[in-house]
Amino acid sequence: VSVVYLTLRRLRAPLLLLIGVYAIGITGLVLIPGVDESGRPSPMGFFHAFYFLTYTASTIGFGEIPRAFTDLQRLWVTVVIYLSVIGWAYTLTALLALVRDEAFRTAVTTRAFQRRVRRVTEPFYIVCGYGETGSLVCRALDALDIHFVILDIDPLRVQQIELDTHRNDIAALAADARLPENLLGAGVKQAGCRGVLALTNDEAANLAVAIAAKLLNPGIPVLCRATRPDIEANMASFATDHIINPFRLFGEYLWDALHAPALHVLVQRLTGLPGEPLVVQNPPPHGPWVVCGYGRFGREVVESFLREGLSATIVDPDPTLAADPRIVPGLGTEAGTLGRAGVAEAVGIVAGTDNDIANLAIAMTARALNRRIFVVIRQNLQANRALFAAFGAEITMVSAEIIADECVALISTPLLARFLQIAERQNEAWATEVNARLEEATGGDVPSVWALRVDPIHCPAIARELECGARVTVGHLRSHPSDRARPLDCIALLLLRSGEPMLLPAQDVALERSDAVLFAGTAEAQRLQLLIASNSKVCDYVRLGIEAPDGWIWRVLARVRTGAAAAGR
Amino acid sequence: MNLEKVIFAFVILLAATLNFGFVYGDIDDPAHHEIWELYAAVVVNLVATVLKLGDRTQIGAVHLSTSLVAVLQLIAAALVWFFAGAQAIEPVRMAAIVSLAAGALFANVVSVAMMVTETVMLRR
Repeated sequence: VSVVYLTLRRLRAPLLLLIGVYAIGITGLVLIPGVDESGRPSPMGFFHAFYFLTYTASTIGFGEIPRAFTDLQRLWVTVVIYLSVIGWAYTLTALLALVRDEAFRTAVTTRAFQRRVRRVTEPFYIVCGYGETGSLVCRALDALDIHFVILDIDPLRVQQIELDTHRNDIAALAADARLPENLLGAGVKQAGCRGVLALTNDEAANLAVAIAAKLLNPGIPVLCRATRPDIEANMASFATDHIINPFRLFGEYLWDALHAPALHVLVQRLTGLPGEPLVVQNPPPHGPWVVCGYGRFGREVVESFLREGLSATIVDPDPTLAADPRIVPGLGTEAGTLGRAGVAEAVGIVAGTDNDIANLAIAMTARALNRRIFVVIRQNLQANRALFAAFGAEITMVSAEIIADECVALISTPLLARFLQIAERQNEAWATEVNARLEEATGGDVPSVWALRVDPIHCPAIARELECGARVTVGHLRSHPSDRARPLDCIALLLLRSGEPMLLPAQDVALERSDAVLFAGTAEAQRLQLLIASNSKVCDYVRLGIEAPDGWIWRVLARVRTGAAAAGR
Repeated sequence: MNLEKVIFAFVILLAATLNFGFVYGDIDDPAHHEIWELYAAVVVNLVATVLKLGDRTQIGAVHLSTSLVAVLQLIAAALVWFFAGAQAIEPVRMAAIVSLAAGALFANVVSVAMMVTETVMLRR
């Protein structure tokens, strides 16, 4: 709704009333004859009548101008004053009511939001839903200096955004992201829009956002949170780019940890917080497991156990499941049920209901029954974080964090997601070797992971060399700018050339224009590599081992010298 | 019958007729032009303008602009009358006032024409 039109529409009645009052007042004042000092009749002109009414009606009250009124005039003015004061009071109240009006304020804030979005010149993402997941994603994107705008249906959460500290200025609107006009207002068709993240806790809403975004701007990627199979299938049917199901992701993660510990460590290493020491979790043990809660989460977990050939006893209170012989009916919060499920002999327990307190009760009871049991616990609400930290399970599964990590990885280094996908298909020996090489480069810390794009914007120096037909290899990008014999503390994980991935490219692979190379290593190595990529002199040095002369005179001298040397030879 | 439509048509037509009534007569003869009629034309034109506010359609926008033009011309005419003084008005001044009001009349005629066209198109 347009602000101007809304204002005009609402002020129509008060303005008509004012015109009416003024018209009556002026007519009366002009008709009623006045007298001058000598008693001769002196009628009031239209201009003076209007002037008198203007200062009287607005309660300025200069007095009887140009000369004292007759009694009849005063009688009329009395009537007109009452009329006009009512008229003005009505107009001002209508104006104030309009400013306080919900619809009007929504129109104003929507307008301001749209104007701000239009002014965003950097590439940005649209985040729909600022709940637990959304706020985690936003915090991470903000730390990476990736711009975004937020839509959330709850005005309270939008106020929360203003209170949360962000490094960048963030545009947020309390609006229903399901409505296409709000997505349009958030800039889904703007040139700078790089993608849409549908992270609300309403899966149908995420689906609606995904459809709308795909129709309005088919070129941009859509990242969607979904846990219901029907919604997931629906999203997949119109090519939603990334459907993020935290339960499935966790199931795969658990399977990795059970099946391929080295690969699991590699994934943890590459997706952790750079610079922090790597904490390698103990892999979950092989043996019989107990799974409490057989909902969407429980099913994924049981699937992983079965895939690995482990037996899992399920505890669930749902009577419709009671026919299944694997299922022990009950909540799992009581010692009796857990005992029947065989907790005493089990190597591990998964507390995976959708109730945090129940999960904690299950885990604590299980620990009491079997002190050595491996506990996997599901945390549903961020608010209960302190309780889960105090309990200290071997693995704590937090949906919001899984989704947030996945989103941030997909957005910040899409190449890493590609690499991990390929890595899944490699064997343990390969993963152990990559782990060893990373360990060598960065010590025990989590490495930084970055992608280098060979194009004039990201690597001006290299792009120029390639234009001249020079040969730049992956090895050059790993040479130290001050001593090229020394390698930088990083390794090349993946080279992507026109869509074709090359895993762990060798040192002598020559770069081509618009290649993308994924590196992992220390932050220092990343900084130095940027120097090679952007500074022609450094690039020449690592390539040829010569220091190019500075300035015109030195360059001429160098040319003369090489010319003389060539002649002398 | 819609009361809103009746009032709308009434005001627009009245604005045009009052304007015409003021302009009618010899252009420079003060006896042919009544100040009360000019005053009434200004007031009714103001009302017409406010009635047209807040219509978002294309035709509504053109309606509003015709009224704004008419009001502007009529107020200009009133100002000329004010500067000419309250006493006997010179024929030259009168001609200026009437020609300004005639301009407003043209805008009002456009407004009426649009209203009629709109009605005809709706009641095919």
